[in-house]
Amino acid sequence: MSEMSKIVRTIANVSFPLITIFGLYVIAHGHLTPGGGFQGGAVVASGCIMLLVAYGSTWAFDHIKEKRLTAFESLGAVWFIGVAFLGLFVGGIFFANFLVGLKLFDNFTLFGNIPAVGSTLADINTAGVLPLMNFAVGLKVIAGLFAVVLVMAYASSLKEWKK
Amino acid sequence: MSTRNIVAVLVFSIVVLFFVFSALLIHPFGDPGSVKMDDHIITNTQSETGANNGVTSVVFDYRGFDTLGEATILFAAVAGVMMIFRRVKK
Amino acid sequence: MIYNIPFIAVIAMIFIGLYAVLFRRNLIKIVIGISIIESGVNLFLITLGYREGGVAPIYTSLPEGTQYPGGMVLPVPQALTLTSIVIGVAVLALMLSLVMHIYKQYGTLDVRKIRRLKE
Repeated sequence: MSEMSKIVRTIANVSFPLITIFGLYVIAHGHLTPGGGFQGGAVVASGCIMLLVAYGSTWAFDHIKEKRLTAFESLGAVWFIGVAFLGLFVGGIFFANFLVGLKLFDNFTLFGNIPAVGSTLADINTAGVLPLMNFAVGLKVIAGLFAVVLVMAYASSLKEWKK
Repeated sequence: MSTRNIVAVLVFSIVVLFFVFSALLIHPFGDPGSVKMDDHIITNTQSETGANNGVTSVVFDYRGFDTLGEATILFAAVAGVMMIFRRVKK
Repeated sequence: MIYNIPFIAVIAMIFIGLYAVLFRRNLIKIVIGISIIESGVNLFLITLGYREGGVAPIYTSLPEGTQYPGGMVLPVPQALTLTSIVIGVAVLALMLSLVMHIYKQYGTLDVRKIRRLKE
């Protein structure tokens, strides 16, 4: 499909960083507020697809190589499984949450605080392995959804597919 | 009235019968009875996993194996779409 | 009887989706019917775990005076619904790409004309 007018392209350029920052906020605070990996990944993928609609699929398919997008998705999957196996080596059980209450150096814990029981305002340094897995799943969802829509939009705009 | 229409109406009526039969046996809306697993999860979320969000701790810690299967499904879907449109290149 | 409206809505959605799959000829309408059935099943999973007057099972800034296991909604059906939504998206993407391939091959979307394996 061809590109849209100049007003639409300008508004898409202005609102794409705002949507991306909001989506990354939803991914990063998955253990404190409602949200997480899948929800934040869907928000960022919607922002990328808005850019694809505004600039036309022929221009986008010429400038974005989809081999890099599939490499990003595989990186997210390998990171998720790597964290699960690390729980097997350190904790003794597959998918063990080994970062809760673990003090690395003197006063430094990597996501290791435990919040007080009850209605508290916990900081972001809590909840063990969960933020790492949130980030891996968010990367996987963003790359996967954007690659699927890019390929389908380009394939539906051709007159005939060459054999 | 072709045979296809008769078989479709028969399947539809059997499904209606199953739904009506099971709608009389379900618990009323808002009263799930005694659930011990969910009460244990709600009271012990903050001390065992350290997260404030109960739903995220269930998705990634208590039932992380289902999330691994779901990540595999996402990967298989993207691989399938890429394989169908393999010849549509420049 | 009027108090069980979410269950009645689930039954209505599944019947509408099943009618669209069985009695329609266009391929896109059949795909839409399958998607409606999946939405009905997700709604059913969530309404199974509702407690009367409960809040979300999140401990950040709760409203005043909520008891911990008795005043919160069950969290496990919500986690299963999340997985089911993602599976629905993946299946829908594969179905639509197959429909595009069929249309490029046969030139029509009528289900009763796509019968023999074209060589």
